[in-house]
Amino acid sequence: MSEGTSKPSSGRLTAIAPIIIVLLLVAVFAKRLIDVQDGLDPNQVKSVLLDTPVPDIDLPPLPERGPGLATENLKGEVTLVNIWGSWCVACLSEHPLLMEVAAENTIPLHGIAWRDEPQASLRWLARNGDPFDLIGQDPFSEAAIAFGVTGAPETFVVDSAGVIRYKHVGPITMTDWTETIAPLVEQLRQ
Amino acid sequence: MNPEIGHYALALALPVALVQAFVPLIGATRRDAALMAVAGPAALLQMLLIGTAFAALTQAFIASDFSVMNVYQNSHTAKPLLYKISGVWGNHEGSLLLWVAILAVFGAAVAAFGAALPDRLKARALAVQGMIGAGFLAFILFTSNPFLRVDPTPAQGLGLNPLLQDPGLAFHPPMLYLGYVGFSMAFSFAVAALLEGRVDAAWARWVRPWTLAAWSFLTVGIGLGSWWAYYELGWGGWWFWDPVENASFIPWLTGTALLHSAIVVEKREALKSWTILLAIITFSLSLLGTFLVRSGILTSVHAFASDPTRGVFVLVLLAIAVGGSLTLYAIKAPKLEPGGLFSPLSRESGLLLNNLFLATAAATVLLGTLYPLIAEALELGTLSVGAPYFNTVFVPLMVPLVLLMGIGPMMAWKRSDLAGVLGRLKGALVGVVVVFGIALALSGVDIIDIAGSAGIALAAWLFFASLTEWAGRVRLFKSSPADLWKRVSSLPRASHGMTIAHLGMAVLIVGVSGSSAWKQENILTMGAGETVTVAGFDVTFDGAELIRGPNYESVQGTFSATRGGGKAVTLKPERRVYDQPVQQTTEAAIHTTFWADLYIVLGDGPADTGRYVVRAYFEPFVPFLWYGILMMGFGGLVSLSDRRHRIGAPRKAAAIAEPIKA
Repeated sequence: MSEGTSKPSSGRLTAIAPIIIVLLLVAVFAKRLIDVQDGLDPNQVKSVLLDTPVPDIDLPPLPERGPGLATENLKGEVTLVNIWGSWCVACLSEHPLLMEVAAENTIPLHGIAWRDEPQASLRWLARNGDPFDLIGQDPFSEAAIAFGVTGAPETFVVDSAGVIRYKHVGPITMTDWTETIAPLVEQLRQ
Repeated sequence: MNPEIGHYALALALPVALVQAFVPLIGATRRDAALMAVAGPAALLQMLLIGTAFAALTQAFIASDFSVMNVYQNSHTAKPLLYKISGVWGNHEGSLLLWVAILAVFGAAVAAFGAALPDRLKARALAVQGMIGAGFLAFILFTSNPFLRVDPTPAQGLGLNPLLQDPGLAFHPPMLYLGYVGFSMAFSFAVAALLEGRVDAAWARWVRPWTLAAWSFLTVGIGLGSWWAYYELGWGGWWFWDPVENASFIPWLTGTALLHSAIVVEKREALKSWTILLAIITFSLSLLGTFLVRSGILTSVHAFASDPTRGVFVLVLLAIAVGGSLTLYAIKAPKLEPGGLFSPLSRESGLLLNNLFLATAAATVLLGTLYPLIAEALELGTLSVGAPYFNTVFVPLMVPLVLLMGIGPMMAWKRSDLAGVLGRLKGALVGVVVVFGIALALSGVDIIDIAGSAGIALAAWLFFASLTEWAGRVRLFKSSPADLWKRVSSLPRASHGMTIAHLGMAVLIVGVSGSSAWKQENILTMGAGETVTVAGFDVTFDGAELIRGPNYESVQGTFSATRGGGKAVTLKPERRVYDQPVQQTTEAAIHTTFWADLYIVLGDGPADTGRYVVRAYFEPFVPFLWYGILMMGFGGLVSLSDRRHRIGAPRKAAAIAEPIKA
């Protein structure tokens, strides 16, 4: 430190370094711009997982509400996977619909408690009702990132082979359910 | 005024900017006084032309002239006047016009008040300003013309995004741009100095006021943005480490470093090449921010009309400006005459350390912001970098910086005595221990309580140390009242400014630590008559009703909150649906005590039940964030009013005559 001034200006290398870094960055930006122009949507964290097998997950259960949720639970029949959290207000607005779906008891509905305190998740379910068959905790977004979740709630339709066939972003409305999701589930069952 | 006049004036400004960019530059190389003298009038003419264009667009917005495409797309007759005016810069084209308008005003200010500047430095600095202006004017005229007409004239406009119809956000862009563009002055002077091949104390004296002004505006601008996000987005958060926020924060960090390193150049003629580099980098990062926000290449919660074609144009501008200046730096910087040596224990070493921390912090935030892009370009997969990364790397860099902030101002130039400085800070240390103890006693001994209390203790350190330094300067406890007043008024404004800004930083740290550690939230559905308790407040939901605003319809809830049986306060959060464009916004209701906010948001209810989702937050110390930011901005302005900035750059002789310790 005793030669503070000479340090930053010592030698050509330190003088050239900034411009090299900038050139590399410009290259990265240019590539990205070309990608965006080619139709890449930067708001889609992982563009489409559709028609790909569900990612490998093995999520622990909420305390005293076992078992958790793993990839093998999503094979064998058509299932729904709902990403939610007690902190998520929009989840509350789709909740009555999920309760109805659960009451009909025609399709397994699994939940992923995303970025949540286990106790908060449980309290929320106790207060608002628990429509889920299996629930896996995902406090560190591992499953959420693997599923390409951009925000809660999101709901995935998984076919009997464990392949993601549909992704619904945001709360499910009655119209979404009757016109899109329920018919799709029927169709996948055949 | 006719929009065509504005358009015409804007088109004329481009050739004027080109003249300003090249003629004085040639003049400076040939030492031709006549050519150099073109710079001043060109800068003034540019301000006149761009000012005309800006006034024409503003006039079109106020008069709701929907024959102008930009007005049609962004305004509405039912909008309050304030938002008609802020609508001018509430969109891509208009905000760019504001950008060049501010640039032109700054350029004209150099032309008008820069009589004391060396001719060649002035000519070159104004030429660089002209180049920046020409680049942005071309950008506006060729890709983002705000004066395009639409035919036939629509009867009504599409309206401004309701999220932007807000007092905080009305002034956020102008403040931010005053900051960004202010840094362009430091940049222009840096490039001019490189062309000159000479950096000296007089140069630093010229750069510092511009940097100070830019820094103060940027500080307040970022604060306004944060305040807006806090009360308007309805999540009770004030900083999200979102790319758009980071884009303004990174230049703030390097700008803060520049502010301090310029002092070393001025006082000790050292750190020259580093200061030049910082000036270039700070403005480059401002340009980078503009690019990131407008090109649409990053994910952000802040929607901004983005367009890849424009992105290409800004990228080219960025590459020319940054690439050109850094190439010049690579060639010229090694030839700058090196400054003197540092003693490891001195004011200048302290300022160098400050620069290291700030530059590292800026680099880590930049890396976190761009990492998703870099990872994707290298095919490492998609990922997003969130608050955990930023908090983990940022806090450990800020803690030693703040510790240093307490000691640094007390160190003498050239050679200081650490033991002596620490001896004078004994009282401050005692104060820190007491504050830490009180904070722990009031909060608890959970790990989060200890962390929060430690943050407050850190703030106390900075607060007491800054006060000790100031008290020592004015001999607070050692002189008679009359004497004291004399000392207070004769202490340079720059010293008062520094103290105020550092105290503001301490207050800000209290806000950051306290709100991060002790925020409480309660999310539930409530029906009329129900009560929930949040942090000692009993909050009763009295019901909700439909009301009609000037350009929106709203569900307004009424809550009454009492604490310990005291007087009830009424909070009225709203959920608005704007007419044009149809968009829903939440208006949080905030009850502010001096120490904390009670923050209530009304959400949607499960259909037809008469019940609503209610989010009630207790936000301790959040008001301190705003107090702190205002103090910092004010400190910058006080420092700016220092005599030696007002009289401009004194010639060498005057500089030596001034006391070294100022």
